[in-house]
Amino acid sequence: MTSIKTPSTERPTPSDSTPAASLHTGTSDLRALVLNNLRQSGIYVALVVIVALFAILTDGVSLSPGNITNIVLQYSYILVLAIGMVILIIGGHIDLSVGSVVALTGAVSAVLVIQQGHPWWIGVLAALAVGVAVGAWHGFWVAYAGIPAFIVTLAGMLLFRGLTLRVLDNISLSPFPAEYQRVAAGFLNGLLGGNGFDAFTLLIGAVAVAGYAVSGFRTRVARIRYQQPVESFPLFVARVVAVGAVIMYFAWQLAHARGLPIVLIILAVLVLVYGLLTRRTVFGRQVYAIGGNLSAAALSGVKVRTVNFWMFVNMGFLAAVAGVIYSSRSNGAQPAAGNMFELDAIAAAFIGGAAVTGGVGTVVGAMVGGLIMAVMSNGMQLMGVDQSTQSVVKGLVLLVAVAFDVYNKRRAGSAR
Amino acid sequence: MDDTILEMRRITKTFPGVTALEDVSLSVRRGEIHAICGENGAGKSTLMKVLSGVHPTGSYDGEILFDGKPVQFRGIRDSEADGIVIIHQELALVPYLSIAENIFLGNERRGRGGLIDWNRANAEAAQLLASVGLHENPVTPVIQLGVGKQQLVEIAKALSKKVRLLILDEPTAALNDVDSAHLLDLLRQLRDRGITCIMISHKLNEITAIADSTTVIRDGRMVETLDMKAGEVTQQRIIRGMVGRDLDSFYPDRESSPGEEVLRIEDWTVRHPVQDRKVVEGVGLSVRAGEVVGIAGLMGAGRTELAMSVFGRSYGRDISGRLFVRGREVQARTVAEAIDNGIAYVTEDRKRYGLNLIEDVRRNVSAAALDRLARLGWVNGNEEIKVAETSRREMNIRTTSVMAVVGKLSGGNQQKVVLSKWLFTDPDVLILDEPTRGIDVGAKYEIYTIINRLVAAGKAVIVISSELPELLGMCDRIYTLAGGRITGEVPVGEATQESLMELMTKDKELVG
Repeated sequence: MTSIKTPSTERPTPSDSTPAASLHTGTSDLRALVLNNLRQSGIYVALVVIVALFAILTDGVSLSPGNITNIVLQYSYILVLAIGMVILIIGGHIDLSVGSVVALTGAVSAVLVIQQGHPWWIGVLAALAVGVAVGAWHGFWVAYAGIPAFIVTLAGMLLFRGLTLRVLDNISLSPFPAEYQRVAAGFLNGLLGGNGFDAFTLLIGAVAVAGYAVSGFRTRVARIRYQQPVESFPLFVARVVAVGAVIMYFAWQLAHARGLPIVLIILAVLVLVYGLLTRRTVFGRQVYAIGGNLSAAALSGVKVRTVNFWMFVNMGFLAAVAGVIYSSRSNGAQPAAGNMFELDAIAAAFIGGAAVTGGVGTVVGAMVGGLIMAVMSNGMQLMGVDQSTQSVVKGLVLLVAVAFDVYNKRRAGSAR
Repeated sequence: MDDTILEMRRITKTFPGVTALEDVSLSVRRGEIHAICGENGAGKSTLMKVLSGVHPTGSYDGEILFDGKPVQFRGIRDSEADGIVIIHQELALVPYLSIAENIFLGNERRGRGGLIDWNRANAEAAQLLASVGLHENPVTPVIQLGVGKQQLVEIAKALSKKVRLLILDEPTAALNDVDSAHLLDLLRQLRDRGITCIMISHKLNEITAIADSTTVIRDGRMVETLDMKAGEVTQQRIIRGMVGRDLDSFYPDRESSPGEEVLRIEDWTVRHPVQDRKVVEGVGLSVRAGEVVGIAGLMGAGRTELAMSVFGRSYGRDISGRLFVRGREVQARTVAEAIDNGIAYVTEDRKRYGLNLIEDVRRNVSAAALDRLARLGWVNGNEEIKVAETSRREMNIRTTSVMAVVGKLSGGNQQKVVLSKWLFTDPDVLILDEPTRGIDVGAKYEIYTIINRLVAAGKAVIVISSELPELLGMCDRIYTLAGGRITGEVPVGEATQESLMELMTKDKELVG
């Protein structure tokens, strides 16, 4: 029996259900909003709790300007990988090879720049090209040869690790020229001066807040024009103020450390672009459709192979971006670079609410999931917790997050 | 009454926020076939889940007496120990295991040392298969059997558990007429052997043919129990109980005024994707604007295969033949091209092929024509909601909001969502494959009304259906398909169920 949910509306009488009843324009209370989005809001709450917890445990050190900058620098490449990974997971795939691809792209770049003395941007472009080629390789096998992504990328993990060793001839290369190091270790600061802090960083922060407010307001106006439910105006203002406060606090802290990290700009642009790509474009919607029901998507005219192919090309591209950032940060290329990165990226996506069966997940969720992992690792490092305990805690968090997700789904399912 | 095997008294079962069953009583006599009817969502399956212990004792109010003794089942194992076995609508067989392995799954025949005695299991399975009239080797993997035979395996499995009360949930929903007839025959035999049957069914003709009594449930309450032997109980009489009123007619009236030809296929031949045989051979048919054309055929006749091969070659290989849309020959090599050419195909299996069950109504409605809502690849989300709202109103999809997840809607409402999705592609011709399968009588009537509205608006409609009365009630013209070939084309005025059935079984003589 599919639906006993609303027996009163299941009557066969073709009476017109009034559409107006469901349009609570301008109304919504916070409680309903939170409950309805428990699955999504749960991870935000978790992030806040974890940030607060480590702030207390480390006597505020984890929220110090220097440490916030550190978190951004240390985990940016995992977040970049998580963007591509969550898109693959939504589409019902996975990529186990990204750690090896990070290593390979970094190695290619290092060989060109460090060994052969090419300019830094040649190294970056070559790395991106290699990443795209690797993605196309995976995409070909998954989309056109019909081999499951798990197998294809498991093979890729071995294959590209081996190629990394070949390219590097089993040795580490170091150091990169200063321009290349700036990609991950550089800061935009001093452009507008400031006394003891970086005014430019604050300006960018303010622009971000304004952008958030304006786009939020425009969305709201459009929704009202289409007679759709929106949150009440005070709630909307409260939301903008809260988000604005967080961004400005963050910017303030960065401004008092070393300024705006270049890598943060890269990351912000990627999150913005991919956030829109997944939610607002035909391509993004087709990814969700494929992950939700492959056969139905195919029979709805979705070009499943093409979409699958480009999902992997995109993952390869982002793995290359992560490879450039990582090689820049570590100032060189090592044969063992990027080991286990794939697992961190996958964990970020799942903690962020992606479903193992595909069709569910968001880029923002994956970012929050990644940040949860980042804040935890960083906090435990500050506290001097040893590596083994860190691993245990991270494993448990992943398990609990997915268990929570499954529990939620079952509860929603039993209400039918 | 000592000839009562089962008595359910004042059963009330609530889910969070919903009362699924309220004060339902059911009394089943020993050795009868007892049908339970009611619309989707009426509570039939819930009642059976209470009986079989899927909803354990304590999760409902009321009491159950089996063989005169109060019983309290905490799970399926308890009820099976008492000889109550339920066969669900979606068969619970493991496809890659053999027939015998499936029959004794969870009930394995152990020999010395606790190891499974396969010789004994296979021998016993062979006997059980013989008793249900299935002539297959017990070591055959279940995946190699058709749905009809799989259903028989389920019954054999029930018999292996020493069943006394057999519950069948929609046993013939997925079966063709021949398999259905065979199954109903088997139920009669089981009754003669003293096994009591409870059968949930939407097919009223089957109920009137086989049931000794019929209990009607509506909105979680028991309406009445009809004694089928005492007097002539008609289908109309049962429907009145189910919907609480008479449906004037199963099929709404329609003015028929076909216009120009919209779709024609000539010499259409399709090969099976893996096996070396032709599934569809030399088929030619046409449909005109404002016309409903039916395709009748037994299961395996190639109906769905024909439809899907026309729909962007989504089935089969080495497809040959010519396809004309509005007199112009077109090449619809992909689903996207078929959609662009104004062809829409509404699948027979909406859950597997028609819907993204974890998404909401809105995104399902737009799924086949996102381009119409997009500019340069960007989807206008607000326009999308507007479109979905319009569909919800026009199709009368009963849901609180277009943001409701499709997986939680009833079958009839899900079907309306699939229809909405295809109407949004603005097709010229709609191929509807079993458009009313598994949906209740009221929703069926609504689907028929929608079909009539489409035809009145000048669309061409092809209906594939296993239910001959449905074809006779809805179509202007009916093609019969047998063994992948067209065996007849009959104007509806000249067709009867018998004449169609004769044409539908013609291929057997051809094959010889």
